[in-house]
Amino acid sequence: MNRAEFSVRTAALTVFAAALILVALNLALPTHSAIHVPAYIVTLAGKYLCYAILAVALDLIWGFVGVLSLGHAAFFALGGYAMGMYLMREIGTRGVYGNPILPDFMVFLNWTKLPWYWHGFDMFWFACLMVLAVPGLLALVFGYFAFRSRVSGVYLSIITQALTYALMLAFFRNDMGFGGNNGLTDFKDILGFSLHAERTRAALLLASAAFLSAELLLCRALVRSRFGKILIAIRDAEDRARFLGYRTETFKVAVFVLSAMMAAVGGALYVPQVGIINPSEFSPANSIEAVIWVAVGGRGTLSGAALGAVLVNFAKTYFTSALPDFWLYALGGLFILVTLFLPNGILGALAFHRRGKSAETAANPVRAKGSLV
Amino acid sequence: MSPSEPTSAETLLYLDGVTVSFEGFKALNNLSLLLERGEMRAVIGPNGAGKTTMMDVITGKTRPDAGEVIYKNVDLTRLDEADIAALGIGRKFQKPTVFETHTVWDNLLLANAGNRRIFPTLFARESPDERERIEEILEQIRLSDHRYRLAGALSHGQKQWLEIGMLLAQEPELLLVDEPAAGMTEAETEATAMLLREINRSRSLLVVEHDMGFVRSLEAKVTVLHEGSVLAEGSLENVSNDPRVIEVYLGR
Repeated sequence: MNRAEFSVRTAALTVFAAALILVALNLALPTHSAIHVPAYIVTLAGKYLCYAILAVALDLIWGFVGVLSLGHAAFFALGGYAMGMYLMREIGTRGVYGNPILPDFMVFLNWTKLPWYWHGFDMFWFACLMVLAVPGLLALVFGYFAFRSRVSGVYLSIITQALTYALMLAFFRNDMGFGGNNGLTDFKDILGFSLHAERTRAALLLASAAFLSAELLLCRALVRSRFGKILIAIRDAEDRARFLGYRTETFKVAVFVLSAMMAAVGGALYVPQVGIINPSEFSPANSIEAVIWVAVGGRGTLSGAALGAVLVNFAKTYFTSALPDFWLYALGGLFILVTLFLPNGILGALAFHRRGKSAETAANPVRAKGSLV
Repeated sequence: MSPSEPTSAETLLYLDGVTVSFEGFKALNNLSLLLERGEMRAVIGPNGAGKTTMMDVITGKTRPDAGEVIYKNVDLTRLDEADIAALGIGRKFQKPTVFETHTVWDNLLLANAGNRRIFPTLFARESPDERERIEEILEQIRLSDHRYRLAGALSHGQKQWLEIGMLLAQEPELLLVDEPAAGMTEAETEATAMLLREINRSRSLLVVEHDMGFVRSLEAKVTVLHEGSVLAEGSLENVSNDPRVIEVYLGR
């Protein structure tokens, strides 16, 4: 169990080290070098890490509290929109219409005034605050009503799907003021650094890696504390936890909010790297895909969730360019195979294999636990 | 049958005219029951008599349509499960319910009295007092050798004991125990009755049970429920000879 225990720390370290190496191979080597990493790989890696941030956030609430959210990409997208709004305001007079205040799509719609909710987004710190506050508040209100009414299981999963679907429909509307169908795009720079510069892209990759590592370590600390034991207790036998005097809905709401905010940071880091955010990010299929990443990597293992996100998206990148029509079948097939043959995901299967080998040490544990974290 | 002086110093729990109906069916029908401090009470009755619903009402899982549940001068019908647990009422479920992926030790640790709010639990450390208390309980529930096993790996009887141990760790004044001997071997049943009598030295208990042999070994006053209200009350001898009881329950 000790080796397994290190795995989250090791994963956090590996993520950051790998990002550093990629960046070094990208920036320090001349482009004709055989091991030079092209800029698009840096951006692709950054994108994968943002998905991994979402996956770990989802694993915290699904793997450890047993709440299967099928709408977590909504928080990711909201974080993305908050960052996108800042990036839009950063464009300033460089837009097609050259309006110093209004983003292009508003000029196009003949708007004359900036809507009230766009105020303040010219300031980076304010946008960062909103990246956390808006998804956090939504999760708080949603979680408060859902968990307090003791909605759970499939019913909860369905209303999280409804939540993200409703948001998608809302963001598609032009009069919502978020660019409608096209979303927010044509970004120029962030904090004055060009988004097209290799160095900026490298910095964004490093920021994503740093946040993912920090997120992994934070979640590890949480699930290993007594608080985390209570979460697992709620997952396994909520009534028992209640009659022991724990107000379980409060715990669930707290973790739901934290998870939503972490997912939102993933979205906020994602948008400057891919250069666009539009309502399709709210599509229910995205949230379901995130659940598949977690299932493939290993639910309840944290590092497995990150691994699953990277592996599945790597496969997706490959398939969607090599066999574009085949991807959804491959994803579906993958989910079925994992459910049948690796019910605990890749990491769960590895840990089981290792435990089998070290039965000697397991017989005399300091503290034998089923936990992989 | 209804108690005359509900607020005497000796009264721990007092149910008065409690009625619960589910879509027309009266699970509890004007039920009144009085439990004294330090008492062990066995509640028997045929299936559907309202035994489990009574426990649901006392622990805040179900709100009654009418009636009062007074525990130490507090009306429990206004409180939720966590508040009621904090007042000192512990509940054991019919089906053994423990945290299966936690060790026996962690199950007891989570049950042990302590601050149940979010922030204190974030930074809580096992204190020597806690450890000592958990050791004591492990001894009492005969699971000392199994402390680091996952609760899910225990036998059925051991899970029942662990759950009773978790109740003890909660330091309740009143334990509600739902069919503790269900699915146990004869030896385990005997040991469980001994354990409950031992617990009764310092705490009050309300035990729901089907197994008459087990009820006999509890040596407790018996309340017979039938169709949501009290049919008879007294020693096991008395109620077993009551013709109404024989008709609805024992005689079958």
